[in-house]
Amino acid sequence: MVSDRHLLIIGNGCGGTELAFAARASGWAGPITLIGDEPHEPYHRPPLSKAYLVGAAELSSLGLRGTAAYATAQITLLARHRAVAIHRSSKQVELADGRRLPYDHLVLALGGRPRPLPFMARQAENPPRNLHYLRTHDDARAIRDNLHLGRRLVVIGGGYIGLEVAAAAVKSGMQVAVLEAGQQLLGRVAAAPVAAFYGYLHRSAGVDIRTSVQVQGFEFTPDGAIHAVVCADGTRLPADVVVAGIGLLPNSELASEAGLSVDDGIIVDERLATSDPGIMAIGDCARGFSTLYQRSVRIESVPNALEQARKAAALLCDKPPRPDTAPWFWSDQYSVSLKAVGLSQGYDRLVIRGEPQERDFSAFYLKGKRILAVDTVNRAQEFQLCKAAVLQRLEADPEALADETLPLKSIFAMASHTHAVSPPENGS
Amino acid sequence: MPNAIFVLPDGQRESVEVANGTHLMRAAVNHGIHAIVGDCGGSAACATCHVYVQEPWLQRLPAPSATEDQLLEATASPRQPNSRLSCQIQMSDALDGIIIDVAPTQW
Repeated sequence: MVSDRHLLIIGNGCGGTELAFAARASGWAGPITLIGDEPHEPYHRPPLSKAYLVGAAELSSLGLRGTAAYATAQITLLARHRAVAIHRSSKQVELADGRRLPYDHLVLALGGRPRPLPFMARQAENPPRNLHYLRTHDDARAIRDNLHLGRRLVVIGGGYIGLEVAAAAVKSGMQVAVLEAGQQLLGRVAAAPVAAFYGYLHRSAGVDIRTSVQVQGFEFTPDGAIHAVVCADGTRLPADVVVAGIGLLPNSELASEAGLSVDDGIIVDERLATSDPGIMAIGDCARGFSTLYQRSVRIESVPNALEQARKAAALLCDKPPRPDTAPWFWSDQYSVSLKAVGLSQGYDRLVIRGEPQERDFSAFYLKGKRILAVDTVNRAQEFQLCKAAVLQRLEADPEALADETLPLKSIFAMASHTHAVSPPENGS
Repeated sequence: MPNAIFVLPDGQRESVEVANGTHLMRAAVNHGIHAIVGDCGGSAACATCHVYVQEPWLQRLPAPSATEDQLLEATASPRQPNSRLSCQIQMSDALDGIIIDVAPTQW
């Protein structure tokens, strides 16, 4: 009775691909079709700004699955296909080539695209040849081909991707400048001391880090390549290569054109359903309510996409999904491994545990005593403890957190005890 | 080409040819061994490619890095003295025939 239902997934990034395999593993018996517009088999994106840029990884080593796995799991992979419309009344997805694929269940794993530089928006379709954004393998390939000893790279945007590109370029012997419009690096995600740590790290490696810099435009060579970046204060930075990383725009147009609710992401409920109960959305493109933080969130990370994919697969197969976990992500720069858990927005106190100068510390973002989020630097073990602490909404003593003579485990054991005997905060 | 033998949680054994220099997580994923997940793509960030390495091969491996060691403290299946992350094990002729038990749960 359920065996011939067709599961159609638009988007073959890590979320869409995981969903296809997880649904099959959870007992989905009908056809599964996975559509993606890139000319490659599904691959891991995080190494694109890390190992791939320095030549330590290749596309062939980045596959999410082996080539044979799709056939074995009877998943139809349609690469190089772009979905252009969802016809909800007839339950069909229209592709750019005019084909229409019928579906019984549709999942949107559309991801996002790099936010274009505002002053280049009119040329967004046809950018100068040495201006790059980084989202896809082909973007990373183009950047890597231009990372050469002695050339000058200007990175616009001091977020994690921009900083990872800067670290890779320095390794390639380039002269690198990072321009950040905000007052600090990582302005949307990290507290000032963590941002200061990263500023120090990059400056020590020779990167020219400049904050509060508004990029106004470019100067071009006669043949249309950028040869300098021009800032609002009149500064000119000569550049051979420019990489812009100023955020992601969720790909929600397909959903909004089909009449689904969209607001900086495709709106989903706690079961990942859009405003059409037959259509789900997961990953970077989906905005939903976080019970942990009691507000609407849209999270751009691999763990989030995988978690939502596994949850969607369970729900589609009428199995109980695993409980939600706390959001987390990671960033690798030089020999520094950052692992961050939780969302720090709304914190009123920051506690540093350990020594930033030693590249070995954790930063706790607290609201009152509640641990909202933790950034761990070269402390994978503390990170794992913090994942549980954030999920359990632990309330810990700030002085204890700062005291390295007290093991984190015992601080958290005390904290959960306190939490368990006191009435729950806010009645939530 | 050297061989690696993955012993799956259900006891089934999969013999896989692995090119020198290729990491065991990558070989497992390419070969369709789903019990090894590799969520982070081999960056030593997620601990979802946890394996138990049998002797004598264990002692032929370089010691885990500080990052790997810390991640191993927090695997979904319990850490044992022979626990490793398969994304950090690079195949070489010295490891030909290596037998690795895949941890029963990865996440």
